[in-house]
Amino acid sequence: MSTKRLTVLKTYKIYIGGQFPRTESGRYYTATNAKGEHLANMCLCSRKDVRDAIGTARGAFGGWSARSAFNRGQILYRIAEMLEGRKAQFIEELMLQGSNKAAAENEVTLSIDRLIYYSGWCDKYQQIFSSVNPVASSHFNFSALEPMGVVTIVAPQQYSLIGLVSLMSPVIAGGNTCVILASEVKPLCSVTFAEVLNSSDLPGGVVNILTGKVSELLPHLSSHMDVNAVCYSETNATAIKMVKENASLNVKRTAIYENEKWMDEKNQSPYYINDFQEVKTTWHPIENIGGAKAGY
Amino acid sequence: MNTIPDFTISPRIDQVGVEERASRFTKRSIKNETKINGLKLALNMIDLTTLEGKDTDGKVKQLCYKAMHLHDVYAGLPTVAAICVYPSMVGVAKKALGDSGIKVASVATAFPSGQSTRDIKIRDTKFAISQGADEIDMVISRGKFHQGEYNFVFDEIAAIKEACGNARLKVILETGELGTYDKVRKASDIAMYAGADFIKTSTGKISPAATMPVTLVMLEAIRDFYYKTGKKIAMKPAGGISKAKLALHYLVMLNEVLGEGWMNNEWFRFGASSLANDILMQLMKQRTGLYQSGDYFSND
Repeated sequence: MSTKRLTVLKTYKIYIGGQFPRTESGRYYTATNAKGEHLANMCLCSRKDVRDAIGTARGAFGGWSARSAFNRGQILYRIAEMLEGRKAQFIEELMLQGSNKAAAENEVTLSIDRLIYYSGWCDKYQQIFSSVNPVASSHFNFSALEPMGVVTIVAPQQYSLIGLVSLMSPVIAGGNTCVILASEVKPLCSVTFAEVLNSSDLPGGVVNILTGKVSELLPHLSSHMDVNAVCYSETNATAIKMVKENASLNVKRTAIYENEKWMDEKNQSPYYINDFQEVKTTWHPIENIGGAKAGY
Repeated sequence: MNTIPDFTISPRIDQVGVEERASRFTKRSIKNETKINGLKLALNMIDLTTLEGKDTDGKVKQLCYKAMHLHDVYAGLPTVAAICVYPSMVGVAKKALGDSGIKVASVATAFPSGQSTRDIKIRDTKFAISQGADEIDMVISRGKFHQGEYNFVFDEIAAIKEACGNARLKVILETGELGTYDKVRKASDIAMYAGADFIKTSTGKISPAATMPVTLVMLEAIRDFYYKTGKKIAMKPAGGISKAKLALHYLVMLNEVLGEGWMNNEWFRFGASSLANDILMQLMKQRTGLYQSGDYFSND
């Protein structure tokens, strides 16, 4: 009697600090396709997972922000390389989640290209957004950008790969670390993307990916006092109001992207990096320079 | 007068049993009101410590201010138990703390290695006392201990105890350098019979510092000593306890091994520096419902 081989299915777990733990809560929810068919059991993360992930992201911030801009660019490029190598797997997962083949291929290639795009910007956005400022006294006055710190991101629901990549890339390109809540309805390739991150040279903790319910976790992602910015990308007036109110508790930056079409190339720009940067202005005393006594 | 036992036959420790039992203490669920009380108690048991070559008068003054004003936003907080500094900083700390009731503990006896002569160790101790230290944290001679010269270790502790006068003496075993639980138990027995008021795990300069199993072995030594002699000895784990949750685990262990009589800062201390802020953050979390950030708490 011959036996039929059983396919070994993947356990989808979460990604915190460069490791793949399960949720501390032990809960799960079921990811289904459009027809309601079972795809996988996903971790249903709790507020404590959010807390742990934010703590880990905070720990990783010092090292990541201290890397040279060029090195951050190299690492983003490396993520793209890894994604390119696993294209087929992502196309398959996107199709499982309901995309047709052409759309899936398009989303994956676009995601790779977007990583390359922000990789290139890593050591260039500073030059664009920084400035030397005219002042009326004998100071050299200049403004330069610095990363904000820990950013929490609620990834778009419908584009589970390109949406996550489009929000994550500018945040980490600018030297921040982040905690991402993956698409609740299409979480598969968000977790698989964590495997890509883990096999690139990205230090653990720079990107942390959770799965679970937006309604349950958003209050914690937006109210945690050790978070410096919140990024939300859905059209939901109640949720946006709550994010803004919670953010006001410790004056977090909020970035709300309601109308972005992530498949569109128009929605990639260094301004997304700028959204998560603080401007530091320095007054450096100097003698007046030149006959015009220009005070720069 | 108690008879002094033969330390070569101190009880042996079951390593697996001790580690298993210690891990059980970490699995209690402590919530809400109990948790808040536990956190406040732990806060009140801290010896806020700075023991660095780069300590300055300013740093010590600032630490003293921190000890008295842990987080003024939160009304009704206790203060820490003591400030722990080098002998040269005792005068500064004493003045800065004034009549706040916070004690000044000073390390002495050629801390942290203890590699010096007895004469110098006694003078080191007396200097700290003359500066106003309320408590002395001495280190034992680990080298002599390993050579089996238990009498030397015993006599040294007794000599320092004599030099302390009314100040309470904490004896640091430096368990990270002792190697086995058997030796920790033996060193605990020697220290207690020689006159220690506290036994303390570590200097904080050696890794591993305090661990729960080591502390458990020492707590059990204290319990046995109490049953034999009727004398209470205090305990101070030090080094590596930086999280509020871990501090609560220690309190659970303390309560279950020695009981309520030890559940205050006369009989139990945490030697720590960053633990205070983590406890403060947890207390604020309980009060506001929001996870806190270190950005909103003073460093020292």
